[in-house]
Amino acid sequence: MYIIVIGGGRVGYYLIKALIEEGHEVLVVEKESNICEAINDEMGSICFRGDGCEAATLAEVGTERADMLVAVTGDDEDNLVACQVAKHKFNVSRTVARIRNPQNEVLFKKLGVDVTISSTNVILEHIEEEVPTHPLTHLLAIENSGQEIVEIRIPPEAATVGKTIRELSIPPGTKLALFIREGGRNRVPTLNTVLRAGDRIIAITTPESEAALRTALTSA
Amino acid sequence: MKVVIMGCGRVGAWLARLLDADGHQVTILDNDPYSFRRLNFPRQPSEFKGTALVGNGTDQEALKRAGIEGADVFFALTQGDNRNVMACQIAKHIFNVPRVICRIYDPLRQEMYSDLGMEAISPTTVFAQMLKEKLES
Repeated sequence: MYIIVIGGGRVGYYLIKALIEEGHEVLVVEKESNICEAINDEMGSICFRGDGCEAATLAEVGTERADMLVAVTGDDEDNLVACQVAKHKFNVSRTVARIRNPQNEVLFKKLGVDVTISSTNVILEHIEEEVPTHPLTHLLAIENSGQEIVEIRIPPEAATVGKTIRELSIPPGTKLALFIREGGRNRVPTLNTVLRAGDRIIAITTPESEAALRTALTSA
Repeated sequence: MKVVIMGCGRVGAWLARLLDADGHQVTILDNDPYSFRRLNFPRQPSEFKGTALVGNGTDQEALKRAGIEGADVFFALTQGDNRNVMACQIAKHIFNVPRVICRIYDPLRQEMYSDLGMEAISPTTVFAQMLKEKLES
């Protein structure tokens, strides 16, 4: 694939290295001449000095034949504009933007950016996973469906311990997909499954129902 | 009218004063409180009676504090084209502000966003055209 990366900073640098290793054709657009030189010295002539938000620059690097444009500068607004120019002027089919402010995710999607990656959210998800007291962990957002997969751990103090799934008030639109018990086999939970402390449930839900689901399963 | 202006540079401050003097309800937003000195022009009797707020206009919370939800017009007048473009799209698509006006220095970007339905003005092309006409007149 021909992939254009906007921004040769720290994120861009390691990204292009990985992409080249995977055998892709990569070109980086970077404003700063010294960063550009350093990349070219190390990896061959793959860095073009210029403003990745300018249509003229993107025309020069052959954006019309790019399979993907990834904007990873440190500024959300620059990443947004680079993706929009790539989409509207050059019909790039896949655009990916790095975002810092998680609130921008909705806006960027609305404006036609195909994929957004929020470093803040990624770090937050890892913290959720690492901190055992956190009863609900985000595993995956199912793209373009408004749904997500989460994991819920039943804490020992939960009122649900010893109850069956039938007795819980699971929010509408939420499906309990998998039930994991230490030492036991993974099963699809049934209405008669009795919950114990430490059980883990993988559920498909929506961001709106998340709080209700957490309360239904874990509240004391 | 309720007006929100992002960017208290020369143009933003001047526009804020003009609209304020006309009796509009003006809120002006800037990252740097020092820029608000421009709201007090020397040798002008009337004082700016609007609101000056410190905040980043590409942040939805800051825009809410500036009263974007009830605004009739939003102007984006910072030095950064991309910041202006993003703030305007937030105003238009998230807060449904009826009228959104954006300054974009880069003529190519201005053209593209105009094609996408944004009310965008490029001071570069406007001023170059003015200079050309001055020469020809």
